[in-house]
Amino acid sequence: MRLRVPRPATLGPLLALGVACAFFAVQSDRFWTGDNLSLVLQQVMVVGVIAIGQTLIILTAGVDLSCGTVMALGGIVMTKFATELGLPVAAAIAAGLAVTTLLGAVNGLLVSRIKLPPFIVTLGTLNIAFAITQLYSHAQTISELPEGMTALGGTFRLGGTTVVYGVVLMLALYALTWFALRETAAGRHVYAVGNNPEAARLTGIATHRVLLGVYVIAGILYGVAAVLSVARTGVGDPNAGQTDNLDAITAVVLGGTSLFGGRGAVLGSLLGALIVGVFRNGLTLMGVSSVYQILITGILVILAVGTDQLSRRGAA
Amino acid sequence: MAIVLEARELVKRYGHVTALDGTDFELRTSEILAVIGDNGAGKSTLIKALAGALIPDSGEILLDGRLVHFKSPIDARRGGIETVYQDLAVAPAMSIAENLFLGREIRRSGLPGSVLRMLDKPRMVRESAAHMADLKIGVGSMTQPVETLSGGQRQCVAVARSAAFARHVVIMDEPTAALGVKESGMVLELIRRVRDRGLAVVLISHNMPHVFEIADRIHVQRLGKRVALVNPKQISMSDTVAVMTGALRPDELSARAVAGSALA
Repeated sequence: MRLRVPRPATLGPLLALGVACAFFAVQSDRFWTGDNLSLVLQQVMVVGVIAIGQTLIILTAGVDLSCGTVMALGGIVMTKFATELGLPVAAAIAAGLAVTTLLGAVNGLLVSRIKLPPFIVTLGTLNIAFAITQLYSHAQTISELPEGMTALGGTFRLGGTTVVYGVVLMLALYALTWFALRETAAGRHVYAVGNNPEAARLTGIATHRVLLGVYVIAGILYGVAAVLSVARTGVGDPNAGQTDNLDAITAVVLGGTSLFGGRGAVLGSLLGALIVGVFRNGLTLMGVSSVYQILITGILVILAVGTDQLSRRGAA
Repeated sequence: MAIVLEARELVKRYGHVTALDGTDFELRTSEILAVIGDNGAGKSTLIKALAGALIPDSGEILLDGRLVHFKSPIDARRGGIETVYQDLAVAPAMSIAENLFLGREIRRSGLPGSVLRMLDKPRMVRESAAHMADLKIGVGSMTQPVETLSGGQRQCVAVARSAAFARHVVIMDEPTAALGVKESGMVLELIRRVRDRGLAVVLISHNMPHVFEIADRIHVQRLGKRVALVNPKQISMSDTVAVMTGALRPDELSARAVAGSALA
């Protein structure tokens, strides 16, 4: 097999990540250590998994604002089912996944069949999922979870560094999605639908099925993110994920995927999530307050979109 | 020459508007048939009915002498009719090879294809290159995105895709509308080559010089009907336009100018 040169789409984020790492490595001795880098990965794993679903949706020229609250609802359902109803861990997790998948399907049906704008549809489901989460949990955090529930938060040692199982799962999901988007017809159809939906439809691609499929898969991924979130925090938190929609969109955009659809790569979103994670971690190590971290994240997004637009204009 | 695609008395109404008022249509093998008509004459509706993009209220369509009922463009494609739509129906960020095989991708053989559902990209690139060379379209690498091509080259990709998969008919809706002189020439030349490979071509165009340059016969559509089927080598452009706009009655045309069989 030939070695493939990364496409320019992921080259930019890769460089940015490299520069950021170099900068923080110079600024703080503690940054470039195995345990700290492992911590960065652990901190980005939830948003990282959500960003996979978000990437798929943005590739079809959509957007999903509901991802964070859908994940929170999934987390509440699985933790309540495991504690109050006393269901086995696997069954409780399956129930949580079913709920997030269902909400993904609702988004998908409204977008693909009734042709409502994704922004509005997911703004609606964002609020619906949030309200159901609060009502069902009575705004209470669910604790005292059975042990199996947080298994993915466990660690193993790799070359002297602790690695969280959830991070491995996240990386595996990225690899799987990367493969599917690049190498299968279904993956190419996602790009085609985002590129020119009418052309895709006229070539015989069932565009509404592609759209529905993308939102359903995103729903499943939000369920996985819920498992990771629960595993990481050890509780079912009704207020989890409230900024994860914007964080995930930030990761996708920083990763070079176009908000207009049809262009981009899922590995870019991993890099985007890592860039945000590295900045937050590095600035914390430097003792910069979290408000400045948010400020810098905002500037980063505008820079990323700006360079993307300018480079396209230059190329055209 | 045999008739490959025929329509009889097609009617299509939208509310109070009658888009097709019992129109006939006849297309022979290995010919370029231009369909002309003023705005609102029913050209697009007729073409959509033939391409399966809409279902006529009444009338019949025969493909190779057999009655067909297309419910969707996919039905028409299965029947061997491919359509190139006006607005450059390509996915700009995707490669030439991907565009040619969009919706008809080739999977790898064996387990990678059946279990992993992996695409056979090298084969699609190879076949695209062979096909483009066959049609004498020079566009360089098959892996470059379509958006790096000129408008004319993009249109050639769209035409080549249709020609590659059509068994009977290629319908082209205003293929030169957005193009400059040189680019139009390139596309017209390609349309000739498609015909010379034995396919029947339906060309919808507003551009009379282009129509007269390449059409074998001209179908004149007016007020939802075919009013004349003329031979461009025996009729002037101005007479044709006069028939199209109603300034000249079809029965005032000379017998030589009229091409083909029964007329409405």
